[in-house]
Amino acid sequence: MKAWIAFWSIFWKDIKTYYVKPPNISWGIIFPFAWALMFFIRSGSALDIRSLVPGVVAMSILFGTTSLLAVTITFEKRQKTFDRLLLAPISFELLMLGKTSGAVLFGVLNAFVPIAIGAAFAGLSGTAWLPLILGVVFIAISSTFLGLFIAVSVVEVFEAQTFSNFFRFPMVFLCGLFFPIERLPMFLQPLSYILPLTYGVDILHATVTHTHRLPLWLDFIVLLLFCITLFLLSLRNVKRKWIL
Amino acid sequence: MTDASAPAIQVIGLTKLYDKTKAVDEISFEVRRGEIFGLLGPNGAGKTTTINLLTGLARPSSGSIGIFGASYSDDLRTGQHLMGVVPSENNLYEELDGFENLCFCASLYGMPRVEREKRARELLELVGLDSAGKKKFVAYSRGMQRRLTIAAGIIHNPPILFLDEPTTGIDVASARQIRQMIRQLNEQNGTTVFLTTHYIEEAERLCERVAFIVEGRIVRIDSVESLVQDVHGRHIMQFSFDGAYPNPCEELQIEFQHVKCEAVSSGVVRIVSPEKIDITPFIKYFESKGIEVTEARKIQPSLEDVFVRVTGLAAEEMKREKEGKSK
Repeated sequence: MKAWIAFWSIFWKDIKTYYVKPPNISWGIIFPFAWALMFFIRSGSALDIRSLVPGVVAMSILFGTTSLLAVTITFEKRQKTFDRLLLAPISFELLMLGKTSGAVLFGVLNAFVPIAIGAAFAGLSGTAWLPLILGVVFIAISSTFLGLFIAVSVVEVFEAQTFSNFFRFPMVFLCGLFFPIERLPMFLQPLSYILPLTYGVDILHATVTHTHRLPLWLDFIVLLLFCITLFLLSLRNVKRKWIL
Repeated sequence: MTDASAPAIQVIGLTKLYDKTKAVDEISFEVRRGEIFGLLGPNGAGKTTTINLLTGLARPSSGSIGIFGASYSDDLRTGQHLMGVVPSENNLYEELDGFENLCFCASLYGMPRVEREKRARELLELVGLDSAGKKKFVAYSRGMQRRLTIAAGIIHNPPILFLDEPTTGIDVASARQIRQMIRQLNEQNGTTVFLTTHYIEEAERLCERVAFIVEGRIVRIDSVESLVQDVHGRHIMQFSFDGAYPNPCEELQIEFQHVKCEAVSSGVVRIVSPEKIDITPFIKYFESKGIEVTEARKIQPSLEDVFVRVTGLAAEEMKREKEGKSK
């Protein structure tokens, strides 16, 4: 019970201190519009909103969670406020879950901006809503844990942003959002399958446009494995690097 | 799993290696229940590393740590509820106000809402910040920030309080208030206090026992009374002159073999003798060397003299170096 009080406090403190700040809220709204516009310009013709939704949702979550988490964790470590959390008598697991839950929620809410726009303009009838919501949550968790892994691997905030881009941009191009994986050069195709976003995008395609490569259950299992692995790796890094 | 007769803190052969450098080198000591214990040393001596090791923010390379008789060498997290920690840097949340900061810190120890809000109000009053409770931490003065950081350290009424340089870089009034608070906590609540400081007079006023740490090793540990007793019966004269002159101790030592010369800082030397010191020959000597003496005064032996004697370090220089760093 006591540990959960700490968990909720860390969660709400982060929401209040970082996530509901005007720049982040505007980011959450403007970013999906910007991506949608980019896709529209790229298509050069009539816009198929339904086909845009998976891509914009995936990128909104990926960029939203990794950017914010990299900043919040690295910034707190730099300010030494993270030491205060490390001195609290709660388990590392719960501490890191408390620290990442705000980013997961932010990612999920970010995702529902393009979904709401899609629903308003294209109706999105025939969408499998339950797997879509579950998929969004899974993508948000895996992206957040990727952000956590990056944040605990660096020292400075700018390093976190640079390191994030090292993962994010190749991921966006290789996960099947812009080009179908089958059309990628042969040597790049195996890389696609070691990226969590590939499986998340496949879930989004399956639920919104009904075009997917892998069975849904497999996408979910692989994403779950990515979440567990990234979380455990991050915990290991916190213990090794931050408790010297 | 605590032993009622065991010391509050027991450290045996504690060592911390960073690469091949020994930041802390096989230190052993005990802190008794309810005492104020001071760890004194210059910058880089290993004071903060020692606190980090004792609080779980660093992992020992070897050695053991006992808290109230229970061993926590492998994982200090299970003993962290027994400790309050006030780091040398004020590490509260700039965006939160004083009241919110304290409530947040209390929640980390599992305090329910009503209890933590009550405790936060009590502590704001205790540290004299009740009227500034709704002000953001970032808007506090350095002294106010320090007081709030201390309040955050004692939010859960810990039986042991670790304070790393509690009064460094703050104004005299705040420093005095903090010292009073530490004394009050110790006397009224029986809190065991472990503090590091470079202000030797602060340690002398507050601590019952002190340890001197130099280059990761504890070179002396005793009660303040016993340490000062060591230098009683010694006569000390302090000469001040323009710091541009090179340290005259070496030459003085040759000239006056029956006394001991100690350089306190650039431009200040002390002559120590078991017998009463006649200053006339010294003044004449300085005149003959063209050194203009600006002040000559008799010094009462203090903990600072013991520190200088034991460590060979100039206490004043250590203080200036630290204050310069904290600004």
